[in-house]
Amino acid sequence: MTLPATITDEVRPDGDRAPVIVVEGLTKRYGEIEAVRGIDFTVARGETFGFLGPNGAGKTTTIKILCTLANATSGSARVAGFDSATQRDSVRRNIGLVFQDPTLDTYLTASQNLRFHGELYGVPATALGPRMRQVLEMVGLWERKDDLVSTFSGGMQRRLEIARGLLHAPHVLFLDEPTVGLDPQTRSSIWSYINELKRREDVTIFLTTHYMDEAENCDRIAIIDNGTIVALDTPEALKASVGKDRVQIQTADDDAAIASLASTFGLTAGLSEGAVTFAVAAGEQFVPRLFAELGVPIRSVSVSRPSLDDVFMSYTGKTIRDAEASSSQAMRQMVRMHGRR
Amino acid sequence: MATQTALPATQGELADSIRVAVPERGLRHDARAVGVVWRRELIRFRTDRLRAVTSLVQPILFLFVLGTGLSSLASRGMPHGLSFKTFIYPGVLAMSVLFTAIFSAASIVWDREFGFLREILVAPVSRGSIVIGKCLGGATIATFQGVIFLALAGFAHVPYNPELIAILVGELLLLSFTLTAFGVMMAARIKQFQAFMALTQMLVLPLFFLSGALYPLNGLPTWLTALTRIDPITYIVGPMRHAVFAHLAIPGVEQHLLAPSITWAGWAVPQWMALGIVAVMGASMMGVAIIEFRKTE
Repeated sequence: MTLPATITDEVRPDGDRAPVIVVEGLTKRYGEIEAVRGIDFTVARGETFGFLGPNGAGKTTTIKILCTLANATSGSARVAGFDSATQRDSVRRNIGLVFQDPTLDTYLTASQNLRFHGELYGVPATALGPRMRQVLEMVGLWERKDDLVSTFSGGMQRRLEIARGLLHAPHVLFLDEPTVGLDPQTRSSIWSYINELKRREDVTIFLTTHYMDEAENCDRIAIIDNGTIVALDTPEALKASVGKDRVQIQTADDDAAIASLASTFGLTAGLSEGAVTFAVAAGEQFVPRLFAELGVPIRSVSVSRPSLDDVFMSYTGKTIRDAEASSSQAMRQMVRMHGRR
Repeated sequence: MATQTALPATQGELADSIRVAVPERGLRHDARAVGVVWRRELIRFRTDRLRAVTSLVQPILFLFVLGTGLSSLASRGMPHGLSFKTFIYPGVLAMSVLFTAIFSAASIVWDREFGFLREILVAPVSRGSIVIGKCLGGATIATFQGVIFLALAGFAHVPYNPELIAILVGELLLLSFTLTAFGVMMAARIKQFQAFMALTQMLVLPLFFLSGALYPLNGLPTWLTALTRIDPITYIVGPMRHAVFAHLAIPGVEQHLLAPSITWAGWAVPQWMALGIVAVMGASMMGVAIIEFRKTE
């Protein structure tokens, strides 16, 4: 009973599987502040779904509602087949959580932390030992299992939290800013562990991040700004939607090349990082024409896709850094106004 | 026990992954949660030897320094051969669990500040089992603390009688449970560690002084009599002293004078009722704590 691939299958990598998360018209209001403004999306089983946006965009609020830690003002969210407002325990049994802030008992050892979690989630006693070993090996902490968590570095603690979140074999693993506060090297090591667990576990991952480069690890990304989803697609499609690629060429005569680009192709080029740089749609297809018609010898060419930074910029009209600055300013203002009353 | 997964597990491709089915919530699951919260308290206590030692300092000071220092003065009121140390021993024994029990609840406030409480509260278990586990855990370590102090009974000329020790341990357990429940109830509301410590410190000493731990409950001025009767610790120090005196070789008249029954306007409250009051108070404070924790998140 194989059905011909449909267009939706291209949008959803696992189109033949039932969605694990279904969100409809979700709204969350804190007093006058509307943190989430009526968002809709679905996450397919096995997918890695990223929520990308600046701090204060509504990412954590959404994750809290999905995880039953907050009530939506209106709208609904279903996780692993259960309603996150009315079937809290069922949702909780089927999800793993890694919060932004650490939630380990640092006075206990790594394995004591895991055992505590396993007992609390009712993991069958016979499965608990082997499963603990499995998740600890997955994050490379098996050798340190009897060490106090207080002796762990920030990255190790985060890895232990990821292992703990997986211990009860949840259907969905929520990672709220899994790499926040870690140095770049540790961040990339965390990601290699996350990619490893995607390979080994049958788990859907829902994560939030404000790092553009990390969002590239996702199958699909929802860009959220000011409580609304402004774009939702695969990283590739999002970048393609920006349209233009970045082309950099090294030539024998840069000035002549710039002049020729303007006269022959009508492109505005400039010098950047010691190379003639310009933006053009479908850069790879443009390269053969470039060689044929430029009239200036080319020594090297590089074509790069737009980054997610460019994507965020094209959808919101600002860089993620600008958005963060303005939202924290708005937050401060809000606090000040409330404080005065 | 019914096990249920909302989505079927994919077979084959994850052959190396151990499938774990988290069960529906049930009594057995809740009992396991009580057990693991209880066990964590014991692990934390075992690794924190300093706390065990420091909480013994105060009762030892009371018994040996205050007890010895005041004995020459107090011995005038004592029947021949009875030491003042023996008289205050039951009260100081109660004190030895007082701090440990209430402060074991401080770990909730601590856990909240360091995020671990969140890990506990998002688990698919009833809040009741978490609170019960916490109360039993605090009661266990406080009682253990009391038992160490109980080992010093000989220094206060209290006999090591097995029956007496069994009664005292049982009463210590009851007291520890009620005090922990009180602490947990407070911790449900008070979010700052400093505030919790300040408030409990402020309450602990008055509770101790008003309990009749250091003086007999008869012949007191009316205002003090009234205060002693509303102090819950009174209802455990009374029976504890009664138990100790019942195992000493002193005449009945003297016993009545030094270890009188707790009276309400002349009516003597029976021992079982005094203990019952403490138990009911503990259970109801635990109930309040459960309700409070159900309200959060």
